[in-house]
Order: sequence, then structure tokens, then C-alpha cells
Amino acid sequence: MSTPALPPTSRRWRPALEAVALPVGAVLVALLLFGVFCAVQGANPLSVFKAIQRASFGSWYSFQNTLIRAAPLILTALCTALPARLGLIVIGNEGALVVGGLAATAAGLAAASAPPVVALTIMVLAGMAGGGAWIGLVGLLHYQRGVNETISGLLLNYVAIAVLSHLVNGPMRDPASLNKPSSYSFAETHQLGGIASSNVHYGLVFGVVFAVFAWVLMEHTTFGFKARMIGGNIRAARMAGLPVARLGITTCLLGGAAAGLAGMVEVAAIHGRANESLAAGYGYAGILVAFVARFRGLPIILVAVLLGGILASGGILQRQFKLPDATILVFQGIVFLCILFSDSLYGRFACFKEKTA
Amino acid sequence: MSVTIPPHVRPKHPPDLELVGVTKRFGAFTANEAVSLKVKAGTFHALIGENGAGKSTLVKCIMGYHLADEGDILVGGHSREIRNPQDAYEYGIGMVYQHFTLVPAMTVAENLVLSRPDLPAIINWRNEFDRLYAFMRTAPFQIDLDTPASQLAAGEKQKVEILKQLYLDSKFLILDEPTSVLTPAEADEVLGLLRAKVVAGELSVLLITHKFSQVLNFCDDVTVLRRGRQTGSGRVKDLTADQMAAMMMGGQREPKIVPKAATAPGPVSLALRGLCADRDNGVPALVGVDLEVRAGEVVGIAGISGNGQRELVEVIAGQREATGGEIRVQGEVYTSTRAEACRHQVFLLPEEPLRNACVPHMGVAENLALRTFDQPPLARAGFFVSQARIRAKGRELIARYGIKTRSPDTPIGDLSGGNVQRAVLARELGSGTARVLVAANPCFGLDFAAVETIHGQITEARNRGVGVLLVSEDLDELLALADRIVVIAHGRFVYETTPATADITTIGHHMAGH
Repeated sequence: MSTPALPPTSRRWRPALEAVALPVGAVLVALLLFGVFCAVQGANPLSVFKAIQRASFGSWYSFQNTLIRAAPLILTALCTALPARLGLIVIGNEGALVVGGLAATAAGLAAASAPPVVALTIMVLAGMAGGGAWIGLVGLLHYQRGVNETISGLLLNYVAIAVLSHLVNGPMRDPASLNKPSSYSFAETHQLGGIASSNVHYGLVFGVVFAVFAWVLMEHTTFGFKARMIGGNIRAARMAGLPVARLGITTCLLGGAAAGLAGMVEVAAIHGRANESLAAGYGYAGILVAFVARFRGLPIILVAVLLGGILASGGILQRQFKLPDATILVFQGIVFLCILFSDSLYGRFACFKEKTA
Repeated sequence: MSVTIPPHVRPKHPPDLELVGVTKRFGAFTANEAVSLKVKAGTFHALIGENGAGKSTLVKCIMGYHLADEGDILVGGHSREIRNPQDAYEYGIGMVYQHFTLVPAMTVAENLVLSRPDLPAIINWRNEFDRLYAFMRTAPFQIDLDTPASQLAAGEKQKVEILKQLYLDSKFLILDEPTSVLTPAEADEVLGLLRAKVVAGELSVLLITHKFSQVLNFCDDVTVLRRGRQTGSGRVKDLTADQMAAMMMGGQREPKIVPKAATAPGPVSLALRGLCADRDNGVPALVGVDLEVRAGEVVGIAGISGNGQRELVEVIAGQREATGGEIRVQGEVYTSTRAEACRHQVFLLPEEPLRNACVPHMGVAENLALRTFDQPPLARAGFFVSQARIRAKGRELIARYGIKTRSPDTPIGDLSGGNVQRAVLARELGSGTARVLVAANPCFGLDFAAVETIHGQITEARNRGVGVLLVSEDLDELLALADRIVVIAHGRFVYETTPATADITTIGHHMAGH
């Protein structure tokens, strides 16, 4: 055999740069398009951008608001990101969040007499179990019966929201909640508090820990290696003897558990009880975060903070610029489409190609 | 391009076709460099060369799939710009591809009619059928027009593809390795009938092939390509097979053949017992096959593609579920799990390695670790994967097997076909611990040097005492490597022989299912 001339050290910085430059470029294009939208609506795009910046990162107070929104976004993003590494497009995040929130509420109310730490631990476990079971069902249907995971996840969102609506209007309803049917509330002591006297609750810690866990799992363990093999080429994975269905369903369980934990965080830290505000769209926004972060755990944290900031500025846009309250959704949608489009541009630019030795 | 082009009508006789200095580049890669070729009207011309020599690219330039970067294409003596296959059709040029282009759910007749580019929006089926029956009366071979294409055997489909071009009244026919799905007898029949039309002056043929026997028996002229350049041409009757091989290879070469050690086969290492499997569409592909492969023995499976070989390999590889029967390895039931494959050291060289045995976007080193990433030393504490060790191990195998890659982290999908196959070979046989090896068309699409490496490795493995199951559509490969040859037809093993006593005609008969 001949001895090949390998470069002494391999540097693949160009493809790495591509992975940063394309999403950033896509967001810039999205800003441009959104600017046009604002101008058409009669608002000065530059002052709109400035207002978004001020409302999300302008002060410690507004940054806390941003972080509070980032916490559930990180967790729901993982619900799409983890199965995506196996090639599954799961968008049942909203449903998993709702079911996780319901399970956590039920557990929290049942454990009302337990000490706060115990009760909150039970709520965390219940939320993760609820969400995990929800997306686990999606995985099970996919691998056992060949049901398309995207469609089943989407439809289960509606099921979950209907179940939530039924429960808080019926069996779980606190008769005292008149305007907005809700479950009974947790005691103040049994709610998830702020980190070190800030407004930012411990949900952010849960999110960051889960994201780091997901990153280590996918990039540095045999489990992640197997998952990436399945996502990259299922035929090669089968040839290597991997238990494809078991790994896939396990990953769906983990992703669902993350979204379920987001539901727990929302009921335990924000609402203090379960009601229809639980389905506030964090699940859908999480899909966007996962795609922008290209399904990687650590970038998800960063992207969730950015999107959290955009969500936090929704009120300002409405009040200050008289823009419709769906404006923020329009912005989200534009960003999402630009990011998806930029995915099709990988490998199209010569400047990002590895130089041939 | 020339300025005064006479107005064009579809030719009634075969046109002269000439390529002058055609160059085609893909980025930095030059697929064809200044290739010239002339096919005189009414001749049978062979285009030969190793895989990757640029034959398909060249004919795709003639068909208008690619636009040549430099050079001229002359049809009937005039420089013509062929921008798409529709243009090629206008000049009477048609091509039969390696893959089938029939609509499976439609009948042969519908397929033929629908191939007409000038089909009106509303089809008068009665007129079309009249035309079709008139055509079939003069056709060189007959196929039942009412059969759905999905029910045709591979050889019949190939015949329909050729009929389609004749029905379209193509006067210049390009055949891209058309005989790979035909038995030797069928191939001779089809080429012989086309040859008759050429001799009668009704047709010109440009045949891409790598079988010298076809060049010698059917062709008037030959053009040889090597690494995108034209390295020889001439009249077939002035040339010998050795001379043509020298043009293809660039000088004479010494074949390095690993000799088969004369050892008696050991105990049974791989056994199939009544194995059944279905195709993707649920139709049975394997109907209860039994086979024993002993240690230190190569058992070859011969057959025309589509007779159950693919499903057989997929079942052993764990890519398809058996619907009946069982596989035993070293006497134990084998269900293709990772633990079993590791315990019995079962390895695979599947066909289309990029599709079946690699993860294209993962790095070369990671792909080399697909079998071992979850065992020490690549995995620590049984759970954490060491990228540094995967890379180090990858570098070692890359060097030992001469895999040409920019770095160990380069996605394996970026490598050439030969290097992908080398990487799979390095992974499956590099450890030297294999006890069972299943190879399926391991040399498909590779050049001579790579084929020699792979054949050498398979024979070495056999000499070490590995039980080898070799599935191949290339009879010459089986005759060279196998200790026993089993013929598969319609999902059954129908005939067994040894290379020493093999008779090609008999094998061909059994391959065709007679």
C-alpha cells in the first residue's frame, strides 16, 4: 500500500465558520425583511429595532425578562433538537409542555403537604415523565407502526391542549377561579423562586443543565455516536447492528422530558397553577430555536436567549408603535423561513470549502 | 460555434457524429480533456475505459445533459449545440441508460407511447396503438405490449428501453453498459440484433462497455478513454484485447494475484436454513434458501441482479427482516445484533458502500470507527467516546490502506468511490479478526487497482480461515475467487458448481431460470 501524504494537522475551520456565518446571515436577511414589513405598517424600522434591543437587553430589568422567557425556550427546543439528531422531525413540543405542566400541577397539588424541596422534586419528575410519555408515544408510533412522527406530534399538540382545557374547566377546576378557569394554586412556598433574589427563576438553571447534558450526550458519548449514525444513514446503522427503534424511542423520551420540564417550570414559577395560559406558544417557538441552533445543545442556550429577548419586546412594539400584537409572530416566522432557506445553501460558497492540500 | 447552420429536420438515416476536442470540467476536476471521437454513419463504435475514465460524462455531453466547456460536437458534418436531451432527440440521437426509466405501473405499450416528446395533449390511443403494432412487426425483438413494466424481468426491461429508442426512430443509439442485467446469452442476442440493423445501414451505435468480448464480436471501431483523455482508437479488427487493455491501463502491467492456499475447509461458519425474505413491495424475494459456508472457503453466489441477492445480503446485514428460516453463525442462531456481530466477528462489504455501510456526513475517522467506537480503547468507561483516539486510529488505517482523504475529519461522502470502498475494507478487515465475511459486488464501479486490492484481501481472509460469502454479478470475479459457485434464480439456489468444473453456458442457463 502506498503511504498517503496527509497534512500534519487537519484544520477544518472553514466549514466551522460556515456553520456560524450562514445562520447569522439568515438572521440579517430576516431583519431586513422585517424592516420592510414595519415600514409598510408605518413604523420606522430603525427605531423598531432600537426598541426591540432596549426591551430585551437594554437594562438588567429587561434582560431578566428575557432570561425568564429563555428558560422554557431552551427546554422546548431540546424536544426538537434531540430526536433531530436521529433524523426525526418532532414538533410535538407544545403538547409535551402542556402535558408536563398538567402532570406537574397534579403532582404538586397532591404533594401540597410535603416540604417544598420534596414537592418541587416530585413536580420536576412528574413534569418530565408526562412530557416524556407524550413524545415517547410519538416515537413508539413511528418505530412500531411507521406513523410519520411530524404529523403525530403536531396532532398530539391539539389533543394535549384539549385535555388541558377539559381538565381546568372540569375535574381540576378551582371553583374560585371565575374569569379564567384554573386549577387550584400552589402555596407561595411551593413555587419555584428566583435565583439569588433576582426575578429570574430556577427554570433557567434547569434549562442550562439540560442543554449541557444534551450536548455532552450527543457529542461525547457512545449513545450520541449511535444517534448520529442513525440520523446520518439508517442503513449503515442497521448494518452496524444498532437497535434503531430502542435508541429512537429513548431519545424521544428524553426530548419529551425536556419539554415536560418546561411545562413544570411554567406552572411552578410563572402561573402558580395550571390554566390555558400554559399553551402560550413556547413549544412552537422552541422548534425555531432548535433549527436556528442546528440541533446542538450549547448553541440552543444562546439562541433561546436571543429569541427570549425578541418575545420580551412584543408588548413595547404594540404600545409604542401601534403595531399589531402579531408583529412578533411575523418576525419569528420570517426568521424561521430565512434559517430554513439558509440550510439549503451549505456547500454553495467556495470560500467555506476546505482547501485541497 | 459555426454561424451558417442549415435548417434541421430529423434525420432519416444515421448521421455521422464527431466530437472535436471536447473538454468537460466540474469545478477543479476535469472529467474529459480534449477528447475527439468519430462515429461514421452506420457503424458500431465501442467506447471503453475503466470506471471513472469519463465515458458516461462524455456521452452525457452528446445527449445535452452536460454542456461541454470546450470543443465541438458535429452531427452530419455541422457543428451543433446540444443543450438538452430534447435537442439530441431532434438530431436523431437516443440513449439507453444504466438505470431503467420505465414507469412501473404502466404497460409496455403505454411506456412506449408516453416516451414520445411530441405527444399531443390529448392522446388518440387507437392511432397510437396502430402505430405501435406496425412498429412491433419490424422490431428486432418482441415483448408483450400489455404487460405492466413492473412485472418485467430486468433483462426484458432493458429490451424495452432499447425498443423505446427504436420506436422514437433514433438513428444514433448510445448504450451505457446495457448488458450488466442480461445473461451472457441474452446480451449476445440483443447486441447481435442491433448489429444486424447497423449492418443494414439503419442505425449507428455507440456502446459503452468494459467487456472486450463484446468489442471484439460486435464493434467496428473502438475509442479508449483513460482518466478523461483519449488514449487510443482504431479499427477493432486491427487490435487485440491485450492492446486495448494496455490503452486502458496506460502500459502493460503485472497482475498481482494472491494465490489461494490449498487448505481443506474447516467447520461450518455461516449457515442459512430455509431463509425467506420479502422485497420492499411485499413480494417474496427469497423462498427458503439453505446454504453452508465453511471456514476457509469462499462460496460465490452468481445470478442476474434482482433475483434475491440484495435481499439475502440485507437480511444477513440486519437491514431487512427475514420472514422465515434462520441464520446460524458458528452453530449459534444469528439475528444481526451488534453484540452477535462482535462475538462472532461477522463483517460485511456491501454493495454501494456509501449507501449501505457509511454515514456520508460523518468524518472518515468516525466512519472507520463504526464497528469499535463503543469498545475500549475508543470508548472510556463504556460510555464516553474519545474523539482523539478515534482520530488516531483513523490516521493509522488511512495510512495502512492508502485511503486518499484531505484529513481524518473530512466527511466520507466527499471521497471518491474507490476510497470509500477502501475505507470500508479497512474497517471490516483491518483488525484481522474476522471469522465470517459477506461481500456483495465489492468491486462494482472500481478501477483495476482497487479491484486487485479487494480481491487480494478477500483471498487473504479466506486463507486465514475466514468463511466468505461472495455475492457477485460478475461471473469472472466468482470464477477467480470462489471455491464453490451457487446460482440464484427467482429467490432459490438452483445450481451448484466449482470453478474448476464450471461451464459458462450451463451457469448462464440456470441464471436465466431455465
